[in-house]
Amino acid sequence: MNLLEVRNLVTAYGSIEALHGISLDVADGEIVALLGANGAGKTTALRTISGLLRPRSGEVWFAGARIDRRPAHDIVRLGLTHVPEGRWIFSLMTVDENLRLGAYAEPRVPQAALDRVFTLFPRLRERRAQVAGTLSGGEQQMLAIARALMTRPRLLLLDEPSMGLAPVLVRLIIQTIAEINRDGTTVLIVEQNASAALRLARRAYVLENGRVALEGPSADLAKNERVRQAYLGVGAPLRAQG
Amino acid sequence: MNALGNRWVRGALVVAVIVVALGLPIVGTPYLIDVGTLVLVYIMLGLGLNVVVGYAGLLDLGYAAFFAIGAYTTGILMDDAHLAFWWTLPVAACFTALSGVVIGTPTLRLRSDYLAIVTLGFGEIVRIAATNLTFTGGPEGLYGIAHPTIGGFVLRSPQALYFLGLAFVLVVLAGSYNLARSRLGRAWLAIREDEAAAQAAGIYPVHSKLMAYVLGAVFAGAAGSFFAVKLTAINPSSFTFIQSVTILMVIILGGMGSLPGVILAAAVIVVLPEVLRAFDQVRMFAFGIGLIILMLVRPQGLWPSRIGQIERRAVAVSEASAAAGVAADAAATTE
Repeated sequence: MNLLEVRNLVTAYGSIEALHGISLDVADGEIVALLGANGAGKTTALRTISGLLRPRSGEVWFAGARIDRRPAHDIVRLGLTHVPEGRWIFSLMTVDENLRLGAYAEPRVPQAALDRVFTLFPRLRERRAQVAGTLSGGEQQMLAIARALMTRPRLLLLDEPSMGLAPVLVRLIIQTIAEINRDGTTVLIVEQNASAALRLARRAYVLENGRVALEGPSADLAKNERVRQAYLGVGAPLRAQG
Repeated sequence: MNALGNRWVRGALVVAVIVVALGLPIVGTPYLIDVGTLVLVYIMLGLGLNVVVGYAGLLDLGYAAFFAIGAYTTGILMDDAHLAFWWTLPVAACFTALSGVVIGTPTLRLRSDYLAIVTLGFGEIVRIAATNLTFTGGPEGLYGIAHPTIGGFVLRSPQALYFLGLAFVLVVLAGSYNLARSRLGRAWLAIREDEAAAQAAGIYPVHSKLMAYVLGAVFAGAAGSFFAVKLTAINPSSFTFIQSVTILMVIILGGMGSLPGVILAAAVIVVLPEVLRAFDQVRMFAFGIGLIILMLVRPQGLWPSRIGQIERRAVAVSEASAAAGVAADAAATTE
């Protein structure tokens, strides 16, 4: 059975429909990428799945439960956590407070989760007492992911984790996501950096104008002429593994 | 102002406040002690409204309503049921909490602008109800409220009532301090920063806001109970819209979310009109001018909170980085 099943999801902002009925599956333990140009509906899809937006129609099933009518704070408790686009950290709080807030759904802060987060991101341990707004862009992204991990999710939704980061940091974040996945967390990732996303994910969906245009194993999509032209640069050869 | 100088000023202020707070009942005249006790009432009210406005970011324009409910609960129970002061406190807390839940539950789901309107209406409803009902004593209100007792000792002198007020303030102060650093305190800050992100972290904003609203109401109720036994007489004119605005002024003047700020501002709000009694006719006019000058000189408040300071710095930094970003883009296009 799939951990996440999305069926004919339609989401609209007022009278403007952003998703025209997308369907996708994420199996337990895999990394799935969601690709597409600006305005294709990737972020809308993630926000609808995590409950921040209400779908007009369609269904979202998570771990056997229907969640498309549930509020966002409830969905977090089921084990589905969303790291929104643009590093939604709480910039006025310290790193430590941000992490504690991540574990809000639990009555007390789980030490095991805190230890795991600091093992994954040693930099955050050094900056525990620092106000999050003063962190560098890369550190803020680490904190956003770390905060999501504090809920100990089964499925992690990542929206553009590499946005605005230096290449060396992009590599670090991508490696860490792979590590998080190896520890047993399923990942659905939205990425502009299509080559990095296709290397990371096992399968991918390509969204165009609110519809799923293509889907399949990452290796196949990376060879697909349309994907290469649209998202990897015209005729550009795939870069070697970094 | 450099950091070290700032620390010296703040240290000196803290020492001064403690000296005045403890020295006043010993060396002060009854009039000065009464003024001091009124400052304590405004500190309690300021700390309570600070939970609602400063911590949770909800605009409440009818806060005096909870103050009134606390005062009338204690007054009626002591006058008619001859209950001891201490027994009226939990009842007042329950009544104010209940009214907080009744008003908050439907309105906190809406945008904060609506909350301001509803609370404004609620404040007026409570005042008008108190003016027209018979069991609240109508426009004359309640009088002859008994003095509180501890053991067999009746707290009648200005000194004794001052110390009772000080004890209340210390309890409310400790409560506020701990709330800001609690799980709930973090949730409030998160909602204020970004409600959607807070939801993504598992916070139910309506619930957290309701907690702030109800806790603030209970604080005001306790202040009201104290107010009733301090004056031994209450009437609706103490619970007007202007009263709500004055309490709001205390936290804006002090610096939103700042506990030392509330204490300083409460002192300013109460003492300034007293000092200006010499001006007689133009007293309130001079008071208004004084407040405007204070806000012009210190728009961040008398003693801004840590969060408030970071907020302003963050705005400055983001403006600077936006400017730098434009410059970098310009440089990139010329390359």
